[in-house]
Order: sequence, then C-alpha cells, then structure tokens
Amino acid sequence: MSDLDAFRTQTRAWLEANCPPECRGPLKGEGDMVWGGRDAAFPTPAHKVWLDRMAERGWTAPEWPAEYGGGGLSREEAKVLASEMRRIQAQPPLYSFGVWMLGPALLAFGTEEQKKRFLPEIVRGEIRWCQGYSEPGAGSDLAAIQTRAEDRGDHWIVNGQKIWTSYADKADWIFCLVRTDPDAPKHLGISFVLFDMATPGVTTRPITLISGKSPFCETFFDDVRVEKENLVGTLNRGWDVAKHLLAHERTMIGAMGDAGVGRPLGQVAAESVGLDEAGRLDEPMLRARIAELDIDAAAFRLAMERVGDQVKAKQAHPAIASMLKYYGSELNKRRHELVMAAGGSEALEWEGERSKDGQAARDWLRTKANSIEGGTSEVQLNIIAKHLLQLPGA
Amino acid sequence: MPLILTEEQTMLQEAADGFLNDNAPIAHLRKLRDERDPDGVSRDLWRSFGEMGFAGVLIDEADGGLGLGAVEAGVIAESLGRTLTPSPFFGSAVLSATVLKSGDESQRQWLGRIAGGEAIVALAMDEGPKHAPARITTRAERSGNGFRLDGAKSFVLDGHVADTLIVAAQTEEGLTLFLVDPAMAGVSRERTVMVDAHNAARVTLSGVEVDAGAVIGAVGGGEAVLEQALSLGRACAASTLVGAGDQAFKVTLEYLRTRKQFGKLIGEFQALQHRAAHLFTELELARAATLAALQAIDAGREDTSLAASVAKAKAGRVAELAVQEAVQMHGGVGMTDEFDVGLFMKRVRVLNELLGDAHFHAERLARAQGF
Ligand SMILES: Cc1cc2nc3c(=O)[nH]c(=O)nc-3n(C[C@H](O)[C@H](O)[C@H](O)COP(=O)(O)OP(=O)(O)OC[C@H]3O[C@@H](n4cnc5c(N)ncnc54)[C@H](O)[C@@H]3O)c2cc1C
Repeated sequence: MSDLDAFRTQTRAWLEANCPPECRGPLKGEGDMVWGGRDAAFPTPAHKVWLDRMAERGWTAPEWPAEYGGGGLSREEAKVLASEMRRIQAQPPLYSFGVWMLGPALLAFGTEEQKKRFLPEIVRGEIRWCQGYSEPGAGSDLAAIQTRAEDRGDHWIVNGQKIWTSYADKADWIFCLVRTDPDAPKHLGISFVLFDMATPGVTTRPITLISGKSPFCETFFDDVRVEKENLVGTLNRGWDVAKHLLAHERTMIGAMGDAGVGRPLGQVAAESVGLDEAGRLDEPMLRARIAELDIDAAAFRLAMERVGDQVKAKQAHPAIASMLKYYGSELNKRRHELVMAAGGSEALEWEGERSKDGQAARDWLRTKANSIEGGTSEVQLNIIAKHLLQLPGA
Repeated sequence: MPLILTEEQTMLQEAADGFLNDNAPIAHLRKLRDERDPDGVSRDLWRSFGEMGFAGVLIDEADGGLGLGAVEAGVIAESLGRTLTPSPFFGSAVLSATVLKSGDESQRQWLGRIAGGEAIVALAMDEGPKHAPARITTRAERSGNGFRLDGAKSFVLDGHVADTLIVAAQTEEGLTLFLVDPAMAGVSRERTVMVDAHNAARVTLSGVEVDAGAVIGAVGGGEAVLEQALSLGRACAASTLVGAGDQAFKVTLEYLRTRKQFGKLIGEFQALQHRAAHLFTELELARAATLAALQAIDAGREDTSLAASVAKAKAGRVAELAVQEAVQMHGGVGMTDEFDVGLFMKRVRVLNELLGDAHFHAERLARAQGF
C-alpha cells in the first residue's frame, strides 16, 4: 500500500469517527455556515465540535505549514482529504476570509512574528476577518483607493471610507488597503495593513442586497489608530500583497462554480416538469441546457484540479486565477438560472415554510454577485487578454 | 399592417406612461412590499385604472369597456413593465376578461366591473410549478344539476384578493371553465409571496358544489376559449417583458454614461459598448416580435398562437439578458436592494415563468413545425 493509500484509509476512518452526523449533508441555508470569530455562532453544538476537531489537526487549512497551525499536508494528501470529505458529504468546518485570502498573503509576505501571531488563530477560526478594499470611487479600478494613512511616528492615523465590505459588521479584524504616499503613482503609494474593527473610529452600516440579506456594509474610518507592526509587506508596496490575496480570492470564488447544490439538477427538473414515455425530461430544450451545464461543470471541476497541479509544478498560466474566477462564476450563475427554470413557480416564492423562505430565489440572486465581487468578469477577461496578447503598453 | 404604433396607440402609450409614472412608479411597489401590504395590490389604483379606461381596454363598449384591441392592451402592459406596478391588469383585464367574453349575460356583468376597476377576477389554471395547460387535472364531476370541483391550483395571479375565480377543470366532455365564488364552501386560498412582490396564490378546491350556471360557454369547450386568453396573455406578458427589459437597459445606459473607473466613463470601454449595442439590437427584435403577435391577435390571423409563442420566448430571453447586463454593468451597486435594477431582475424572472417560459414556447414551435 502506498503512503497515499494509507493516508486515505486513516483519513476515512478519522472522518467517520469525528464528523458528527449533524455536519453531513448539504447546507440548509446560510445559517448553517460556521464563520468563527469572537462571537462565533454555531447552528448546532456539533458544529463547534466539528470545527475544533478539524482545527486541532490543522485541517481547516490543510496545506499550510504545521508550525503555523496548518495541516502540513502535501497537495496529493489535501486532495484525498477533500475527496474523503465529499464522500461523506461533510460540511466545511469553517468559512473564513482568513483561510481563503489573508492566510496565503501572510504566508507569502508576513513577518515571522505576524505568521506566528495570526495564522494559528485563523486556523482555529478565532478571529473573523473582513476585506477593506473597495471604495465608492475605487471598484474595478482598485488602485484608485483614497483612504489615507498618515504617518505619526510609531503608528498611522487612518481616515476614509470603504464600501461593499462583506460582513464588516460581524468581523473582528480587517485587512485593509490604505494610501500611505499620496504623491506616488497610484499603484506605488498603497500599503496593506491589519487592524481590529473594535478600534475607536471604526463604524459600519449594513447594506441590503437584492437577495434580501445584508451581508455587506459601508465602513467608515475616522482617525483610526493603526500600529506600524501591523503593516504587511513593504511600505507603499501593498499592491503586491493585494494582488496576491486577490488571486486567492478569485480562485475561491471560481471554485463556487463547482459547488454541488444538493440534488442533481436534472432530478429537480424531472419533479416539476415530469418525464415523457421514454423516461426523458418532458421538455427537451430544458433537458439539453441542463445536460450542457453538467458537461461544463464536470470539465470545470477537472480544470480546477489540473490548475492546482500546475501551480504545484510551477507550470500555471499567469492568468489562471482570472480564468477560474471568470468561468466558475459565470457557470454558477448559469446553474442557478436553470435551478429557477427547473423549479418553476415554486422557486419564485420569497417567504414561507414550503420554500424555506425563498431559498432558491435568494440563492439565485446571490449568485449574480459572483461575477462582480473579487473583480468583475470584465476585469478578469481584461487580465486574461492582456496576458494573451502581450501588446505594448498593456 | 405596419409594425409600428398608430398615432392613437402612441397617445395611449403616453397616457399610460404618464399615469403610471405619476401614480404608481417603482416607489409604489416598494411601499407595498416594505409595508407588507396584505393585498399586495392597491384597489384605489385599480379603480383609477378603470376611470382612465385602461382596465376596460379589451372589453366591448356594450359591456362597459373601450372596445380596443390587443395592441392597446400590450401598450398598457408595457408601461406596467417599466414601472413594475403590481396591478390586476394582466390577470383581470387581459386573461379573465378574454375568457368572460364567452360567458352568458349574467357572467358578462363581471366585464363591466372589471372595466370600472371595481372587480378583480383571477384565472386559476396551472397546477404544477411549470405552465402546462395540457396537464390540468382538476376534476369537475356532475352533481345534481351542476358540478362538484376538486383540485389544487397554483400561481393564480391575484388569487388571494380576487372577487371571483375562473377555474379550469376536466369534465367528461373535456376542459371546462367555471366561474367560482371564492367564498363558497370548499374553496381555500393562500397567498404566495413571490420574489418580485407581485401577487399569486394557491387555490384549493375540495368538493366545491357549483350549479350549471357556473359554466362559462359550453361544457367541454374550455380549451378553445382558454387558447384565446393564453395567446393574449402571452403577447401581453411579452409586452411587459419588453417594458421591463427596456427600462433596465435605459437605466444601464445612464450608468454607463456617468460612472467613472480608471479615469474614464465605463461606457468608454469597448467591452461594455459592444454588449450595450448587442442588447439594443436584441430589444428591437423582441419589440418587433411582440407587436407582431399583438397585431396578429387583432387581425384574427391563423398563426396567432404561434406568433404569441415567438413573442413570449424572444421577449423572455431578451429581458433576461437585459436585467443580467443591468446588474452586472452596475457592479456592486447593482446588487443592492436600494437600486432598482434588482427589482427588474426579479420581475422578469416571474414573467418568464408565467404562461410558459422560453423552453416551453420553443418546444411548442418545434412541434407545430413537425420536428
Ligand atoms: C456581494 C459582494 C461582496 C463584496 N465584498 C467585498 C468585500 O468584502 N470587500 C471589498 O473590498 N469589496 C467587496 N466587494 C466589492 C467588489 O470587489 C466590487 O464591487 C467590484 O470590484 C466592482 O467594483 P464596482 O462595484 O465599483 O463596479 P465598477 O468598477 O463601477 O464597474 C461597473 C461596471 O463597469 C465594468 N468595468 C469597469 N472597468 C472596466 C474595464 N476596464 N473594462 C471593461 N469593463 C469595466 C465592470 O466590469 C462593471 O460591469 C463586494 C461586491 C459584492 C457584489
């Protein structure tokens, strides 16, 4: 038996023994997601047990080095872990901007002290992070941010406004882009800093989304004191950190294109549309579109896997994160359009027990943001094209 | 017939746009939604609709209406799409009024009340989540001198507030339409709050006893009557889709002209310009197909039913594209409830399901051509 087979056997046994039954099966709604943080909320006590057990092994961040609390797994082992979790339909123990975004940036740019301080907390889900990038005038043109950090010797004083800060009202800390040199060209005067959302001068105001939920906020900074030790990377070179982090964010959003939404779509459609005498979906047009989606989704899943391998082998195309982000988010939107078409008038319900308070419709609306958040599809296509064409001045 | 509006039709369009912008703009929908209005629709507004003559647009003058045609109904439907106004217009003045024209003297009384904006009449037809008029299973068994109705209806527009219901049910002779008083024993209604804050209900009929006078037209003659109502309904739904899609497009164009990124108006990016140009083209196609279907209905042409399918399918797809582009081109702003583009997206989704989505109509077209 190879080492990998042995790892699979052990992992399977461990998961069987340690993943509580409450934490298996598709999520019933956003309320089932565990985000951690100082005021962590758990749908059931079992979810806390599940998080603690996984965190103890570092398996909330399986490929991070064990010295910072991560799982220390190889890429191959991490794949095995993921497939074994899929096998028993284990829910992710932790949803975390820390794991998906900040952690990788700290591993690449953080000081030893910063890694030791922040990474283990992230693995254990003790601190919930939010991302302070976008501003009213700086969305796709992220380098146009205006939030100012003034040098006061041992600290900065930060003033400005962020927008679309997901979960800012629930987050404990923020990773934030600030302008530290107003006179430099726009990419060269930005720094990447971390601070506690409880610092005096930080306020948030929730914004309601078209899905009826309020997961994001306007965030205001009014003379917020930020210690210099919380600078990540080099002063005025925060853009490099920001981009590194964005690549991870994009890959993560793209991966949503692979999200299994419980039952196969064709089955859902069969229930509302019915089958013909030959046992086929009794609406050939819908049937064809679902089958096409299934093919694209299968190919996308394989492309994701291949990209992971390419990255490991240092063969990845430089626009890889943008490709995954672009395709995955468009795929996810397509899937949810079809979920709605398959569900018919039942999927249009917004309230009520029967429709789980309109979950199908709310999920559908939420996916529309996939091609906007983390950089729009247009921006991803620009990035890909730039790498492909390599025209002068690009 | 030229595929453009006549002078009178253009005037009607201006009147409808003007009236709705003054009396029931998008803020009206938001108010009903945010205050969780139990009816989800304004009776006062419906009465004004009657006073303006809009509610009776399709109803003969003899029955108290304006005696105009499908194109005029489409014009009003399009305005409703621009302002997203919840209104019994579609369910009462288009679907139900068309059915009631086949009714007897006393049933036709309802037409006058619809025309006056006094009555809300709902057509209870679909039963499953997808539009399937050929799959109606609600039963009407002969009982005494009348019928006994059993079945369950869903997606009944305005069903929870309707003053009377038209129920499609199977008899031995075939599909039959019945006028049913919702206060009768055995009728229960449940409002379904929909994503677009417009109205629909589930209606359950268990052992509802109606007398023979409840039958609209002939026993077993429901299919032909329904078919007419469906064509009109589909063409008018297409109009509303065109209205909603076009309005979302206008809002988007405005944003492309004002939002700056990278030191430029985002409308200066060719990636967006081409899509706006494409969408404009698609909207023109949808508009043409819709007007053609409405005109076919007025001319009583043979291909009316298929023309309505073309219109519904095309307008549905195009409006879907329009709202998706609207949200996408607005970026983060487009995802917020505060901006109207999301409301258009929700409305278009519901209209797409109504009376058959693009798949349904494409399938219908293919069958009609024998492939
Ligand atoms: C649900 C959600 C969650 C989010 N969470 C966060 C968060 O936690 N933290 C955070 O900082 N931000 C967050 N964002 C913000 C997100 O990153 C921005 O919305 C996004 O980058 C787009 O910026 P914008 O909204 O200003 O759109 P704009 O930049 O104004 O774009 C408007 C339109 O113009 C297009 N466009 C712009 N430039 C070009 C170009 N050069 N070529 C072609 N087309 C172009 C865009 O693609 C878009 O279609 C979130 C957004 C959403 C919707």
